[in-house]
Amino acid sequence: MDILPILSTLRRHKLTAWLLILEIALTCAIVCNAVFLIGQRLERMDMPSGVAEHELLQIQVADMVAPANPYARVAEDMAVLRQVPGVISVASSNQVPFGSSSSNSNIRLDPAQVRWTLSATTYFGENLPKTLGTRLVSGRDLESSDFVDVDVAMKALGTGDAKHLPSVILITQTLAERLWPGQNPLGHIIYLAPTVGLRVVGVLDSLVRPNAYDISKAQYTTIVPLRMGANKDQSYLIRCRPEDRAHVLDAALAALKKVDPQRVVTTRRSFDEVRRKFFQDDRAMAGMLVGVIAALLIVTALGIVGLASFWVAQRRRTIGVRRALGATRRNILNYFQTENFLLATIGIALGMALAYAINLFLMLHYELPRLPAIYFPVGAIALWLIGQLAVLGPALRAAAVPPVVATRSV
Amino acid sequence: MFGYYLDLALRSLKRSPGLTALMMLAIGFGVAASMTTWSVFRGVSGDPIPWKSAQLFVPQIDSWGPSQKSGAGLHEPPDALAYADAIALMHDRRAALQSAIYAVAPTVLPAGEGRSPIPVFGFGVYGEFFPMLDVPFRYGSGWQAGDDGDGAPVIVISDALNRQVFGGGNSVGRNIDLDGRDYRVTGVLKPWNPQPMFFDVVDTGGFGGNGPDVFVPLQRAIASGMENAGAVNCPKGVQPGAGYAGLQKSNCVWLAYMVELDDESAVQNYRQYLDNYASVQQKLGRFDWPPNNRLRDMRAFLDHEHVVPDDTRVSLLVALGLLLVCLVNTAGLMLAKFLRRSGEIGVRRALGASRRAIHAQFLTEAAVIGVGGSALGLLLTAIGVFAVNRMLPPRLAELARIEPALLLLTVVVAIAASVLAGLYPTFRAARVQPAWQLKTN
Repeated sequence: MDILPILSTLRRHKLTAWLLILEIALTCAIVCNAVFLIGQRLERMDMPSGVAEHELLQIQVADMVAPANPYARVAEDMAVLRQVPGVISVASSNQVPFGSSSSNSNIRLDPAQVRWTLSATTYFGENLPKTLGTRLVSGRDLESSDFVDVDVAMKALGTGDAKHLPSVILITQTLAERLWPGQNPLGHIIYLAPTVGLRVVGVLDSLVRPNAYDISKAQYTTIVPLRMGANKDQSYLIRCRPEDRAHVLDAALAALKKVDPQRVVTTRRSFDEVRRKFFQDDRAMAGMLVGVIAALLIVTALGIVGLASFWVAQRRRTIGVRRALGATRRNILNYFQTENFLLATIGIALGMALAYAINLFLMLHYELPRLPAIYFPVGAIALWLIGQLAVLGPALRAAAVPPVVATRSV
Repeated sequence: MFGYYLDLALRSLKRSPGLTALMMLAIGFGVAASMTTWSVFRGVSGDPIPWKSAQLFVPQIDSWGPSQKSGAGLHEPPDALAYADAIALMHDRRAALQSAIYAVAPTVLPAGEGRSPIPVFGFGVYGEFFPMLDVPFRYGSGWQAGDDGDGAPVIVISDALNRQVFGGGNSVGRNIDLDGRDYRVTGVLKPWNPQPMFFDVVDTGGFGGNGPDVFVPLQRAIASGMENAGAVNCPKGVQPGAGYAGLQKSNCVWLAYMVELDDESAVQNYRQYLDNYASVQQKLGRFDWPPNNRLRDMRAFLDHEHVVPDDTRVSLLVALGLLLVCLVNTAGLMLAKFLRRSGEIGVRRALGASRRAIHAQFLTEAAVIGVGGSALGLLLTAIGVFAVNRMLPPRLAELARIEPALLLLTVVVAIAASVLAGLYPTFRAARVQPAWQLKTN
């Protein structure tokens, strides 16, 4: 296919051709960056939790009549839950991974430190690592002798009485590496308050925090041996086989109701639901971005259709002359397809440069990572395809122009 | 004459209905899609109060001095206020509205036999807090200004707490037991849980939780010893004395502060006021360093505290890019159409039309397309917002608000872009000698 005649024709429509190129370039640049943003959202939604998600259930109950001893109530509930057929393990917890609501502590490595080193989430409750299914990579799990009742610990915090405070803590690998890079964390002391030093006795493979909004801090997690009493924030976590979840949940609720018929169930859900809820905004935003990309491509396609139809109508006589001089229908079709391919290619080349520039700007002003090279061909192929599809209709119409048009006056 | 041009424009548009529809669709689609996505992205870009965030400011006063400099770069003042500074600022009341804020975690004891105490979360604030942040009330309102000074036992409670304690309904005027003292309810909020919790990100970290349950007058909370549930940060080597008395005397920072400043001059005045305040403290010997204050608007402060993930903000640029592409698209189509009509212009010029008349005619036609497209755009925006409300999770949909001023601006830009696109070919065509144009045809 001869390109020169196409170029010389385009030179006669410089302004319109450039506007089309500009449109393609902008679309290409935006599509590259938007696809990248979607990729980041999807990556976030894939954030590992470190727990056996498909095997976990969460139940929260509210007692209308306060139990005389909230700790005894929890112990009774847990014993009852353990009896439910299909239940593998039961835990009591103050919060759940991806549950949004988080109890956080400001961690210091030295009690005299003014500014804390970092803020980590604190899980407490009994039997957590085993039920959640998070693996211990070194050290030991919490033992029942480590546990202190929350109220006792709070009181001790006020009086500074170290005897009634917990003395050990579990942390995640990520947190250990952040606090003591390259060292064995076991035996190190973490201060949650100037008077509360806790010795690291075990390191967890992975456990995500409830408020994992920032992926770099998502694993800043600790487990402290505090025993929960029955209250509105406390949850029961139940582990069972994935296929047993539905009937275990029903049976567990029935068992809890039996302990106290007046209590109200405030939360009952599987961990799949917890994750879905936590990332629902991300999913919605990714969906919006997909919508924007679709809108952009449609508008650009409409622009190409409009301009190509226009050019075809304008050149009817010229096309007729060419047909009369021996050009085949295929030649005419190819002409318009090649023209579009040329414009798209120039547009895409400019668009790549623009996409890169936009990304540089974003990296400078927002802490966004560099656009990986893989995203460039995505935009290019999308626009080549859209261009060829959009131009097909008008080009077919051009090819259908009969040679006899050449003999007619305007 | 305008009527005649309008008639000509409509005839010309009718001659090529496909192209006309395409141009109007492109404009309409561009306006609607960019406005809808903008409103959603804007909503989630960490601005929970977008209609007002530009008027809300967070003052920071350097009460620690340069010796506390941490890391490289400019010395930043602490991100909260010491008690003495917060109270002095409240006393002077130099902003339109202002409030010191601190987090509390008291316990509510519902009336009635055998009901268990409810640990709640809330804030000690001043009465101006509620109008300043447009806090939505279901019943009643915030307390009177007098209640702040008197430390009156009044309280504003959340919708959820109202249901939990009183079983819902209008509880204004009823009493609620907070840490063993009775507080009179002056207002019940609608469900209100802004994310990030922009008025106190230092204590809350910004996200999470089910929203505050209670608000009590700050002086009352302190007087009754309601503990600070948020962060307390002290300069190196400083240990505050015991209890509130010690904390109040120390330079430890633990109070958030927010002011409403309605225009640029008010902002300048407030900056000046902060510097004067710090100078006075320097003269008094409390600070032995020159004033080093910050007055960031709310969004800048959220940025400073790294509260908002960056990629949502980038999405805003994507929405704007969409509008840009649509406008370029329309301009291209319009140019193609108009540039081809030099013959028609030649005829009209030969028949005696002045250049002005030609300009007027074509600009009218361009404006018709622009206005038509924008009208379509407004319609599509309404549909878009409706769709957003139906499809997105309620929390996001609630945040999405169309800004009328921005919508108007978009429409004006769309019309201007189409008129501009019409201007160039008209200008070129009107310059050429009519005889020559007629001949080449």
